[in-house]
Amino acid sequence: MSTTKERSAENKVVEFDVRTDEMLVNMGPQHPSTHGVLRLVLRTDGEVVSEVTPHLGYLHRCAEKIGENLTPRQWIPYTDRMDYLAGMSMNLGWSLCVEKLMNLHVPEKARHLRVIIAEMQRIASHLVGMGAYGLDLGSFSPFLYAFREREKILDLFEEACGARLTYSYLTVGGATADLPPGWLQKCEAFLDQFLPVIDEYHALLTTNSIFIKRCAGIGVMSAEMATNYGCSGPVLRGSGVDLDLRRDGEEWYTNMYDGYAFEVIVEKDGHYPNDHVYPGVPPEAVLGDCWHRFYVRMLEVRQAIDLVRQAIDRYSSATDSYGEPVKLNEKLPKGEAYLETEAPRGQMGFYVVSDGSAIPYRARARSSCFCNLSVTSELCRNTLIADIPAIIGSLDIVMGEIDR
Amino acid sequence: MGQQDLVSRLQEAFGDSIGAVQLESIDPWIEISADGLPDVCRYLRDQPDLKFDYLSCISGVDYFEPDPKKAAKLDGSPRTEVVYHLWSVSHKTSLVLKVILPRWKDDQEGVLPEVPSVADIWRTADWHEREVYDLSGVHFRGHPDLRRILCPEDWQGHPLRKDYEMPLEYHGIRCR
Repeated sequence: MSTTKERSAENKVVEFDVRTDEMLVNMGPQHPSTHGVLRLVLRTDGEVVSEVTPHLGYLHRCAEKIGENLTPRQWIPYTDRMDYLAGMSMNLGWSLCVEKLMNLHVPEKARHLRVIIAEMQRIASHLVGMGAYGLDLGSFSPFLYAFREREKILDLFEEACGARLTYSYLTVGGATADLPPGWLQKCEAFLDQFLPVIDEYHALLTTNSIFIKRCAGIGVMSAEMATNYGCSGPVLRGSGVDLDLRRDGEEWYTNMYDGYAFEVIVEKDGHYPNDHVYPGVPPEAVLGDCWHRFYVRMLEVRQAIDLVRQAIDRYSSATDSYGEPVKLNEKLPKGEAYLETEAPRGQMGFYVVSDGSAIPYRARARSSCFCNLSVTSELCRNTLIADIPAIIGSLDIVMGEIDR
Repeated sequence: MGQQDLVSRLQEAFGDSIGAVQLESIDPWIEISADGLPDVCRYLRDQPDLKFDYLSCISGVDYFEPDPKKAAKLDGSPRTEVVYHLWSVSHKTSLVLKVILPRWKDDQEGVLPEVPSVADIWRTADWHEREVYDLSGVHFRGHPDLRRILCPEDWQGHPLRKDYEMPLEYHGIRCR
């Protein structure tokens, strides 16, 4: 196994003869591998990067300031535009937070509808993460394969709410509309078709020896470091920390998954839950490296299929309504509430402070990618330039959520 | 451990650093004095039975009503609150700490209020404190690199303060 350190040491030996100067390289904000408008300033010595400074804010749209001027339901479209690859999960996070403040319990049917939608969104989001990661590492085909399937999920979402990217579908009290007739059958047909396709992804990337060489042993993050930096989602679990808010979170959120059978995707004794179906961990991979973060995402796609199937059963047998009606200008009770949910990219937190009027006094979004990105300076120190896209890509960031 | 036990334990260990306690609200919170914050935080992180090793979020909330006619509606006196949401990965418990500051340091208008930085306790705080500084205008004493993070570096003012006024123009770009 060749670790980063050994490789950089090798490089230094090579560069001993050819004298090099330190150079500042600007990567981004228009670089395709920075996943949006992220700018990294790299201090390089030949091929070795000694320091990385991320600069953010290119996509800052003052979402929190806008939130202080709109009612919670009016702010839902703005949450869509935070993590624009998982708009449904953002809608859900904010809705749950406001419901916690209002002490509003959604009907049984709405609860299961939310699970269906949130988990379908997780699949769509991880497909982009997977496809774009292949693209970062120079393999184009997985991207097309991933988008082929994602397109079908977007078609389903379009049928449910009319939008393909910024949905505003889940809202305070439940959802804006019920699922249309025949939707569940289409969703089930998609899941049946999708399940065998996952093997293709594993054949294209997970077991691809070039892919393994590019990301196994690269960007290794210890569990302590991941916790200390506030990483979450697949980035945290890829380091072996057993934390998934769907199981461990606050009751307001875990209520939604009450009675669902699922196992948190985290490595235990060299194995992942249910990984016998898929290629196992290659000997080159180290816990906490880019490969593990990628693999956790891939297994979560499989897990999401099971969750959607369970939710479809429950949703079909529920008899109540898809949502509790909430007025657009409904007065919020005085107080404050903070709630974190497990979005595809990690723990998305919302904090709402109310002074008793219909408009929140303060609306705050805690972004998961913001914390996940903050480790880059430390992860990228003393790596090769070519490894930087591999590390940034494995964090699977969305700038819309970081800059808000 | 119940919230009440935790509060009495903190009060015993830190005395005056622990201020008002609100256990009835949706998310129970404990007020900590600005100067006592790092010690309390380190204690909360390092005690094996507490182990709040995960800092979820730092938010700045500005309580102020610029319109004197509506000022009476404000809940309490004008102040800036810095809210810390903590989480324990091993015990799956959460805790909310608040530091309540005057809106301006020593009531001198234009001088930002100060809180000691906790970036050396949780690395999450590094960027979060930069964000709170940028948007809510709180100075974090001892922060390794307190620069603006979301707004441009030459931006004037702190947009989430309630008395903030949008500039007329920025580098020749009309703002309002």
